[in-house]
Amino acid sequence: MTIKQLAASVAAATLIAAPAMAEVDLSGKTIEWVIPFSETGGSAKWANFFAPLLSEELPGNPTVVVKFMPGAGSTKGANWFQEQEHEEGTLLFGTSGSTQFPYLLGDPRVRYEYSDWVPVMASGTGGVAYLNPTDGEKFDGSANGLKGTNFIYGSQGATRLDLVPLLAWEMLGMNVEPVFGIKGRGDGRLMFERGEATIDYQTSSAYLGASADLVAQGKAVPMMTWGALDEDGNIVRDPTFPDIPTFKEVCQATDGCETEGEAWDAWKAFFIAGFPVQKIAFLPAGTPDDVAQTYSDAFDAIRNRPDFAERATQQVGEYPVFVGAGAERATKEGTTVSDEAKAYVQNWLQEAYGVSLK
Amino acid sequence: MELFATALPALGEAWALILQPVVLGYLVLGVVMGLAVGVFPGLGGIAGLSLLLPFMFGLDPVLGLALMVGMVAVVPTSDTFASVLMGIPGSSASQATVLDGFPLAKRGQAARALSAAFTSSLFGGLVGALFLTLFIVVARPLVLAFGLPEMLMISVLGLSMVAVLAGRVALKGLAAAGLGMLIGTIGEADAGGSLRMATYDIPYLTDGLQLVIVGLGIFAVPEIVSLLRQDRSIAKDAKLGAGWGEGVRDWVANKWLSIRCSLIGVLVGVIPGLGGSVVDWIAYGHAVQTTKDKSNFGKGEIRGVIGPESSNNAKEGGGLVPTLLFGIPGSGSMAIFIGAIALLGSGDIEVGPSMLRDNLDITYSIVWLLALANVVGTLLCIAASGGIARLTTIRFTYLAPFLFMLISFAAFQSGQNFEDILALFAIGLIGIFLRRFDWSRPAFLIGFVLSNPVEKFSNQAFQIASFRFRDSFDAGISYLFSPIVIVLLIVTVVSVVLGLRQAKSIMAEGEVQSGSKRAPIVFLMVIMAYVVTALINANMIPDYNLTDKIVPLVIGAITLIALLILLVQMILRPETDAVFADKELAGEDADAPYGLWGTLAWFGALIAATYVVGFILALFGFLIAFLRVRAQAGWPKTAILTACGIALMCVMAGALNRDFPPGLLQDAVDLPWPLK
Repeated sequence: MTIKQLAASVAAATLIAAPAMAEVDLSGKTIEWVIPFSETGGSAKWANFFAPLLSEELPGNPTVVVKFMPGAGSTKGANWFQEQEHEEGTLLFGTSGSTQFPYLLGDPRVRYEYSDWVPVMASGTGGVAYLNPTDGEKFDGSANGLKGTNFIYGSQGATRLDLVPLLAWEMLGMNVEPVFGIKGRGDGRLMFERGEATIDYQTSSAYLGASADLVAQGKAVPMMTWGALDEDGNIVRDPTFPDIPTFKEVCQATDGCETEGEAWDAWKAFFIAGFPVQKIAFLPAGTPDDVAQTYSDAFDAIRNRPDFAERATQQVGEYPVFVGAGAERATKEGTTVSDEAKAYVQNWLQEAYGVSLK
Repeated sequence: MELFATALPALGEAWALILQPVVLGYLVLGVVMGLAVGVFPGLGGIAGLSLLLPFMFGLDPVLGLALMVGMVAVVPTSDTFASVLMGIPGSSASQATVLDGFPLAKRGQAARALSAAFTSSLFGGLVGALFLTLFIVVARPLVLAFGLPEMLMISVLGLSMVAVLAGRVALKGLAAAGLGMLIGTIGEADAGGSLRMATYDIPYLTDGLQLVIVGLGIFAVPEIVSLLRQDRSIAKDAKLGAGWGEGVRDWVANKWLSIRCSLIGVLVGVIPGLGGSVVDWIAYGHAVQTTKDKSNFGKGEIRGVIGPESSNNAKEGGGLVPTLLFGIPGSGSMAIFIGAIALLGSGDIEVGPSMLRDNLDITYSIVWLLALANVVGTLLCIAASGGIARLTTIRFTYLAPFLFMLISFAAFQSGQNFEDILALFAIGLIGIFLRRFDWSRPAFLIGFVLSNPVEKFSNQAFQIASFRFRDSFDAGISYLFSPIVIVLLIVTVVSVVLGLRQAKSIMAEGEVQSGSKRAPIVFLMVIMAYVVTALINANMIPDYNLTDKIVPLVIGAITLIALLILLVQMILRPETDAVFADKELAGEDADAPYGLWGTLAWFGALIAATYVVGFILALFGFLIAFLRVRAQAGWPKTAILTACGIALMCVMAGALNRDFPPGLLQDAVDLPWPLK
C-alpha cells in the first residue's frame, strides 16, 4: 500500500461526501466512545472535542459519551476492544500513537489486531523541534554545527512518540541524552524553560500554545518540523509552519544523514504512525457497511462545518481529518511497517537505550 | 508598576464579570454538584468535571467557568465529611484530616471537628485567592526557579514528616514508610519501563497501585472492620457533644496556624509536578511542631484538623498557577479543566503563557470564582454539619454494609478492573495489621505517596547533575545546591530532629498494650519476607536500567536494616516492651464481641460474590444477608435499606455514566444495565 493510494483515496472520500443516506437511525441511543487513556490526556481532549459534534451530525442525534479505560499504556483498553462485537453501532473506540507504537514494535502486552477493526475517522498532527538560543546560533539549516554539543532532552520514554524525535536527532549525528520518566510533553517544555533540558519538541497545538511564545521572546530557536505528507506521500513543509524547514531538509543539508535507506524508511514509517495518522476512531469488528458509512458521513459533515477549521486549530491542529475510505487507507499506513523498519527500530532501541520488548 | 497598571483594571473587569446573577447561579449550581460528588469518598473532582464536560461545548465562557470552578473548589471541602465522620480519606487532600478528625468524631465531637475544618477550608480558600491576585502576575520566574533538585527536596521534606508520625517506636515508623515506598514502586518503572514486583501476565500490576485504593485500604478498611467488631456507634455512647459553634471558636483561637498553613498550601500548590499529595502532611507536621502540648495529637487534637484543612483548599488556588500560566495541569482535575476551557465559547481562551497577556480578566475571574465558591460551599457545609454529624450516633452495624459498598465502588472507579477491589482488600489487610501492631499507618501512606516523586526527581536530577558535572564541577554543584535547596535542606533537618524528639508523644493509634511476642514477630517476618523478595526482584533488573532499580534497592536496604534491628530488639526485650504493641491483647479490639476474621469475611464475601454474579447482584445478596444476620434487622427494615443502597449506587453510576464490576455471570449472559 503506497502513500499515493492513501492520498488518492482521501481525495476520493472527499468527493463521495454526499449527504447521509440516513437508513441507520440512532435516535434515543447512547453512543459510548471508549478511550483507552485517562481523562487527562490528549486523546481525551480529542474525543471530548468531537463527541458533541458527532452527536449533532449522527442521524437521530444520539447522546455521545466519552468513557475512559486507562491502563497498561492503552493496551488494556485495546485488548478489551478486540473482544467486542458489533451490536447496535453504539460503541466507538479511539486509539492514538501510543496504541499504535506497541502494536508496531511487538510489545508482549498487545493482543489486538488493527486490521480487524473498522476505521471511520483518522486525524493527525505535526511536531516542531527547537533549541536553546546558544546552540540555536550554531544551527544554519544543517546540524553540522551541532554535532559536538551534548544536548539534554526530557523524554517520556524511547518506545513512545519520543521515538520519532530521538531517532531523527540520532540520524543527524547529534548527541542527545534523554532524561526519561517525565509525564507529558508539557513537563518536557518546563524542563527546557528552566534550562535543565537544552532541546525539546512539541506537537503542533502545544507548540503554538506555549513554545511559540518562547521563540518570540528569544528563549528558543525553532529547528525543524517533522513535516507533513503531500498528495503523493512525500514529506513536505508542515502547512501550519511553512517557514520552518522539515527534518528531511535538515537531513539533506547535514553531512552523513541520508534520506533513503533503512534508517530513513524506519523513521518515516514510525513518523506516519505517530503524527499524520496519530488518532483513529474505530467501530468494532463485524460492523455492517451501512453503520460504518453513517459514521463516516457524520465525521465528514463535522469536518465540513463552517466553524470546524477555527475550532480544530486549537484542539487538533490544522491537519486533514480522514473519513471513510480515506480513514481506512490512513489506518493501514499508520499501522503497517515493513519488517526491516521494525527490526531496525527494535535493534536501535536495544543498542541505544537497552530497551527490549520481550 | 506597569504590571499593576494592567492588573487593577483587569481585576475590576473580573468582578464585573463575576457579579452577575446568572453567573452566581451557575456557581452555586457547580458548588452543589461538587458537594454531592465530594461527599462520596474516592470520586473527587475528576469524576465531577467529566460529568460537566458535555455541557461545556460552546457555553458562554464565564458561565462555564463558574460551573466548573464551583465544582472543583468545593471537593476538598466536602470530602472532609468522609474523613471526619467515617475515618475514610475522601481524597488525597484530606488524608491527614483523618488522623485527628476521626478521633474527635469518636468522642462525639464530630460537629465541632467539621465546622472547624470547614472554617479553615474557607479561610484557606480566601487566603489562597488573595495571595494569587497579587502573586499571579509575577509568579512565572518563581515557578521556573523550582527545578528538579528543588522538587526532590520538597518531596524529601514531605517524607521527613514520617519522623513526626512514626509513633512510639521510631524504627517501626521508618520501616512502615519504607514498606509504603516499596509498594509504591510496584509496576512499570517510569524511566526505563522495567517491571518491579509485577509481570506482563498480570497487566493490572504493571500500572502500579492507585492512591485512592491505598488510602481507602490503609485507613478506611481497618476502621470499618474495627468499629463493626465492636458493634457500637462511631461516637461512643451515641452522644453528640460540642456543636458547630465551638468549631468556629476553635478556628478563631488558632487563626495564625490557619494562616501559616494556608500559605504553605498555596506555595506548594504553585509548584507543578508535586500536586496536592504532600501539602496536607506538611501542614499537619507544621501543626504538630508549633503546638506546645503535643499529647493530644492522634487522639483528637483540633489543631490537627485546622492545619491540613487550611492548606488543602489554599492548594487548589496555588494549583491554578502552573495550570493557567504554563498550561501544565497540577492535578488530574486541572487537566480536564484545561481541556474543558478550550470547549467554551468560540474556543479562543487558551490556557498557557498567553493567558496573562490576553485574558487577565478571565484569569482573575477564575481566581475569585474559586474564592466565592469556597464561601458558598463552606456555608452550605457548616449548615449541614450538625445534621450529618448525627450519622455518628447510628449503630455502626447499619452503616458498615453501605461503607463497604461505597469503598468498593470507589475503588473500582479508579481503574475499572475487578482487581481494583481485590487490591483494596489486600491493602486493607495490610492496614488492619499495621493498625493492630501499632506500625504507623500515616508513615506508610506518606511513603507510598512520595515513592514516585522521590524516585522520579532523584533519578532525573542525578542525570542532569551528572551532565553538568561533565562540564565543570562548579556547574554541577551550583545546580544541585541552589539557595532554595539549601533552605529546604535546613528545614528538613530541623523538622526531622524536632520530629523524632516529639514522635513519642504523638500516638496516631492511641495507647496500645504489649504482651505477647509471637504475633508481632510473625508480622515482622512477613514484612521482612516481602522486602527481601522486592530487593531480589529489583536486583534482577539489568544494570543498563540502573535508574529503575536504584531506588527500590536503596529503600529496600534501609527498610531491611530497620527490620533487622527491630528483630534483634524483639528477641532481646521483654514481652511488655512497646515494640510488641498488639491491639488484640487489650482495649477496644480485644473486648469486641466479634472476631476479626468473621467480620472481614463479610467484606470478602461481597468481593467473591461480585466475582461470580457482578456487583449489583452481589450487593443485593450482601445487604440482605448482612442486615438480616449480622444486624438482626427485621424484614421491612432490611428491604427498605437494601433498596436504598441499590438505588443510591444506580443513581450515582447512572449520573456519572460509570459501570459496575462485572462477574462471571456477565461474561456468560448479556444482562441489562445495571446488572451488566
